[in-house]
Amino acid sequence: MSIDQILGLITGIVFGFLLQKGRVIRFEKQVGALLIKDMTIFKFMLSAIMVGMVGIYILFDMGIITLSHKPMNVGAVVIGGILFGFGWAVMGFCPGTSSAALGEGRVHAVFAILGMLVGAAIFAELYPFLSSTVMAWKDFGKIGLQDAIGITHWVIIPIFWAAVIGLFFLFEKKGL
Amino acid sequence: MKLKTKDGGWNPYFAGALVGILAIASVYATTMLMGKTNYIGASTTFVRAVGFVEQVFASERVAQNAYFAATKIKVDWQFMLVIGIFLGALVSSLTDKSFKLEKVPPIWQERFGSSVTKRAVGAFLGGIVAMIGARLADGCPSGHGLSGVMQLSVSSFVALGLFFVSGVVVAALVYKRRAS
Repeated sequence: MSIDQILGLITGIVFGFLLQKGRVIRFEKQVGALLIKDMTIFKFMLSAIMVGMVGIYILFDMGIITLSHKPMNVGAVVIGGILFGFGWAVMGFCPGTSSAALGEGRVHAVFAILGMLVGAAIFAELYPFLSSTVMAWKDFGKIGLQDAIGITHWVIIPIFWAAVIGLFFLFEKKGL
Repeated sequence: MKLKTKDGGWNPYFAGALVGILAIASVYATTMLMGKTNYIGASTTFVRAVGFVEQVFASERVAQNAYFAATKIKVDWQFMLVIGIFLGALVSSLTDKSFKLEKVPPIWQERFGSSVTKRAVGAFLGGIVAMIGARLADGCPSGHGLSGVMQLSVSSFVALGLFFVSGVVVAALVYKRRAS
């Protein structure tokens, strides 16, 4: 194995371990969040984001790492986002968590994985059509919030923290 | 605040914060060891995996496809990450005895009964739609939700918001029985 592959494997094992310990990968938790009955996956995800964004922007400001924004291509993100939510609710897994769900014995994740492989193949076939239509409508490019609103990320991050902590108090108060 | 949840898991705020540390360590390690900053994601791997499968019986078609060409079909960092996720969850669930063979999850069973076939068809069709959406949006809850929002990407805030709103509407339609 190359260094890339070894690094990916180790990172994945730790990530899968933590996803499983957080109990966020099973169908009940994924659909539970979409039914607004159990917000465990958002507690987990938003906590990861709060911690991660601070470290990433420190490393970025030190010039050690680069950012990799995904393009704000309006048609693609909006239609893709809606389609994903549609499939997510029925499937009850995400692409990353499906592999973990299989690891903790949820064998029906196999069908979700097969479906996603077929979906990827269909997308590859549709790509020439999509790239000249939906994906060609309006692309704002690879932008961050700080570029869009013209405020430094060190102002945005504390506001994000405050908003998310408020949300966490709401979750706990409502027993979600 | 409890460190253990009722189902024997770890407090989600704590486990999530550890994932945040993992994400930071990962961007640092990939930059140092691979020469390029890599962010955690999963859905591109499905493109590469199906590319390998298609190569077996339709290699011409794969070679000519612009999307496969742009994605590059190889077992890369992210591919091994997705395999690692499986292994990590397997080890974690076996060691804390939360591993459970499940064919039909409870919420599904309540609504659609215990038919394995129905659940298989639902998961399969849902998977197709979700993956087309994820590739169109250029990310899933890992790539957009975790990695993208961490970087304050505008597209990731929009994508994650839409994943959730669309998921909430569809989940309500699919799983909530109309009171008759």
